[in-house]
Amino acid sequence: MTLLATRNLTAFYGDFQALFGVDLSLQAGETIAIIGANGAGKTTLMRSISGLLKNLPEQVLLNGRPIGGFSAPDVMALGIAMVPEGRRLFPSLTVEENLLIGKYGRSVEGAWTLDTIYQLFPILKERRNNPGTALSGGQQQMVAIGRALMSNPSVLLCDELSLGLAPVVIRDIYAAFPRIKASGASIVIVEQDIGQALKVADRIYCMMEGRITLSGAPDEISREQIHAAYFGTHA
Amino acid sequence: MNLLDALVQGILLGGLYALFAAGLALVFGIMRLVNLAHGDLIVLAAFLILALVTTLGLNPFAAALIVLPLMFAAGWALQYLILNRTLGPDILPPLLVTFGLSIVIQNGLLESFSADSRRIGLGTLETQSLNLGPVTVGLMPLLTFLSAVAVIVALNLIFYRTSLGRAFRATSDDAVTAGLMGIRSDRIFATATGLAAVVATIAALYLGARANFDPTIGPARLIYAFEAVIIGGLGSFWGALVGGIIIGVSQTLGATINPEWQILAGHLAFLAVLLFRPRGLFPRSVD
Repeated sequence: MTLLATRNLTAFYGDFQALFGVDLSLQAGETIAIIGANGAGKTTLMRSISGLLKNLPEQVLLNGRPIGGFSAPDVMALGIAMVPEGRRLFPSLTVEENLLIGKYGRSVEGAWTLDTIYQLFPILKERRNNPGTALSGGQQQMVAIGRALMSNPSVLLCDELSLGLAPVVIRDIYAAFPRIKASGASIVIVEQDIGQALKVADRIYCMMEGRITLSGAPDEISREQIHAAYFGTHA
Repeated sequence: MNLLDALVQGILLGGLYALFAAGLALVFGIMRLVNLAHGDLIVLAAFLILALVTTLGLNPFAAALIVLPLMFAAGWALQYLILNRTLGPDILPPLLVTFGLSIVIQNGLLESFSADSRRIGLGTLETQSLNLGPVTVGLMPLLTFLSAVAVIVALNLIFYRTSLGRAFRATSDDAVTAGLMGIRSDRIFATATGLAAVVATIAALYLGARANFDPTIGPARLIYAFEAVIIGGLGSFWGALVGGIIIGVSQTLGATINPEWQILAGHLAFLAVLLFRPRGLFPRSVD
């Protein structure tokens, strides 16, 4: 069953068109990864789905319902939570407060509570009274993921999780994904680290210059196809 | 007036200035909005309390309880319908709009209540005092100070112990990301201004009961509130109390030396703090 879909999605920054008719779909329980180089339109796609950029209503569908014109709080209340690029923790809030604020607009019972987030990322319990921004980059990313999970979303959008993090830290963060998946959330990951994306995703979409240039299951796509779709050239 | 007495009276006077300042600190702390009409909102609330006292014969404290929700609603609507439209990277639009609002409120009050100087009568409470050994303190100044402390404790509890307080701080940090958490910044800002109007109403009760007021005194009260907020560190509630006390003590000490120096001494203390601690005594670390 298709949970989330975009239909002929376009996006503009002033006169500059960033997305050109993007169609993607996310099935219930599925993890998809969107890969692409800088400027491919991945973050714009996330911003469009999350309500930070307004679209025509029928360009974004959640369970078939048009939500493209909804604001970010309205989209979040429907169960689409986002881990934004750069973590964007609130500096005035402690780690625990940053987690608690994640369910401000949607208080739904589910797998994720403070306790289960602390089980997923035990270091956060130790640091729960520290200011969120006093943590290392990897720990901040854990807070950002935990904050999004606190609303028990049906769709989790993750924008550039690995950006600026050491490989060992990225591995630790992605180690949490099987448990997140098992909780029932469907996941959209935007990632420049192709290796990581291929490991975790059921399907990938490759973007270039605001268009989807390739899609399919990781084991159906060759390295050469990804290279061509990613850079627009043949390996 | 001996020195100890001047000090105590100054601290108690600081409570009144802290009440003027707390609402301003709240709004500035969350929205970085300088509300130039804050003093006029206090005077408006004082007139509303007076109107209930004179027309219905209510006790001023009971009248204030009725005015509190009305002022909350007025503050909420003011922010939601008007001031939210002025917020943005440019600080000039909110200054101009609140300056205009200040003039509108003053003229509205002049039309409705005339330019006569008024006072909210509290009967014998006005003259009662407590003898605390070497000093005697008036019951009303003491009540004002205790109310200021209670207001600041309550604001701190709301800010640091409630879900609404977390939303206030998160929106102040980053309204866009707060939206991703389901926080509607326009409503959060409206609630903050509503709360500031509630604090303004408490300030109005004591302003009106302790001194004469007329429709035009708002801006003069706003200056004390500003100074208290800036001395304390922008957005800090306890800082606003300390700032109020510093101005209050400076004024009473100045008056002890020469009655003409009362107001000047308060302003000089403000300038001195600004000179040595330009970010105030308790600046917020994220500013």
